Amino acid sequence: MTGVISQDVMARSATTTPSPQIRSAVPEVAKLIDESKCIGCKACQVACMNWNDLRDDVGDNVGVYDNPADLTASSWTVMKFYEVEPKAGSLEWLIRKDGCMHCEDPGCLKACPSPGAIVKHANGIVDFVSENCIGCGYCVKGCPFDVPRISQKDNKAYKCTLCSDRVGVGLEPACVKTCPTGAISFGTKADMVSYGEKRSGELKERGFQNAGLYNPQGVGGTHVMYVLKHADQPELVGLPNNPSISPLVSLWKGIAKPLAVAGMIGAVVASFFHYVKVGPIEEKSEDKNDEKEKA
Amino acid sequence: MATKLLQRYNERERMNHWFVVLMFVLAALSGLAFFHPSLFFLTNLFGGGAWARILHPFAGLVMVLSFAGMFIRYWRENVISDSDREWKKHMGEMMRGDKSRMPPVGKYNYGQKLVFWIAALSLAVLLVTGFMFWRPWFAPFFPISLMRVAVLLHSIAAVALIASIIVHVYAAIWVKGTVRAMTRGTVSDEWAKANHPLWREEVNKR
Repeated sequence: MTGVISQDVMARSATTTPSPQIRSAVPEVAKLIDESKCIGCKACQVACMNWNDLRDDVGDNVGVYDNPADLTASSWTVMKFYEVEPKAGSLEWLIRKDGCMHCEDPGCLKACPSPGAIVKHANGIVDFVSENCIGCGYCVKGCPFDVPRISQKDNKAYKCTLCSDRVGVGLEPACVKTCPTGAISFGTKADMVSYGEKRSGELKERGFQNAGLYNPQGVGGTHVMYVLKHADQPELVGLPNNPSISPLVSLWKGIAKPLAVAGMIGAVVASFFHYVKVGPIEEKSEDKNDEKEKA
Repeated sequence: MATKLLQRYNERERMNHWFVVLMFVLAALSGLAFFHPSLFFLTNLFGGGAWARILHPFAGLVMVLSFAGMFIRYWRENVISDSDREWKKHMGEMMRGDKSRMPPVGKYNYGQKLVFWIAALSLAVLLVTGFMFWRPWFAPFFPISLMRVAVLLHSIAAVALIASIIVHVYAAIWVKGTVRAMTRGTVSDEWAKANHPLWREEVNKR
């Protein structure tokens, strides 16, 4: 997304100085997806492609309801269907709306080498700025949730924008607006956390003892959260338990970068001063004596 | 006037070396652009970020392939032997400007051999890991967890290579009369006597 970006960009990829921080009173937003209310109708998928003018290729039936089977560069949200047995003998059909989690500490933004290709808004939305995207795929390595997809057509990375263009003018995301069962809610992060906890409590009363809010702290919390019937086993619906940015990515994009740059520049500077201090190695040339004699 | 010159590198060897240099410069500058934000401006040399991303792997691949020619030529002469241990012991003295206790050296001294093997090893790592996240063609065949290892190793190998090349270039500048071995192909007899006496003997025997 571009266009609505103003000074409320709070973090910017491949940028070492702070982005404008002054509008600190912007409320953080969040989307809450209540797994227990979802009926798998895919209206959110339709609303997403409508609002964002996306038309994915017609794919193949893979034998289950999942269609498309996974996120793609033109399908930014996908309903995923899971037939699981949380306890032996108790079959459950769980449905999860997959898409970007809008992490408070986004791994994609950390990994991105192109200045300003990934931004985080003051309200918490993480956005890809396509015109700055160079197509390297580092965001894919940075993401703990396997969300970014790179288009075969233009080699740009795409994902859910949380409808930052709608949110920027006071509207809710398209999927939220369209959801017929109220499974997707949108509001301030604080409101969504308390609503999610309330819903978890209700589910617990109805027999789902492990119901809970999925707002993983390993990535600083997320601006897309789930109410899960089995929050103790998020893997049941394909979510990582305690996700965090891979330590490999943190090392690669963290301390290693400044140290290595300092090391390389240091080697050149040290070489120069070595030359000035010690001087070159010269053979004891008979030429020089000749020259001296001549002079 | 002593004008006796010894042939150190023939025409093909020099062409090969400088072609590798050219590819190294392209690959290093485009790669450094992605390594640290302060170096992203280097993408402008290649026509922008996307172009730098597109060109980098090609420059790198051609660099490795052309280095293979040098590897085949020189690996035998770079095998580290017992006599290198003595050289290593006195390396510090040489760095402080005292060359008097350095043992006689053949075609390559221990430092040169080290640069050769670091370059060869890091290029091998760069080649293998580079393929693993070369978009759009090869990256889709590798899982994300493996690509995370690959990008880290790729960066480490790149830094090792660049550091060894900085040493390589400085050594050539530091030891007077060395650069012409790769530009003109010849070195003076005095240079050989002072820096590579065993190699000089060999050449004179031929």
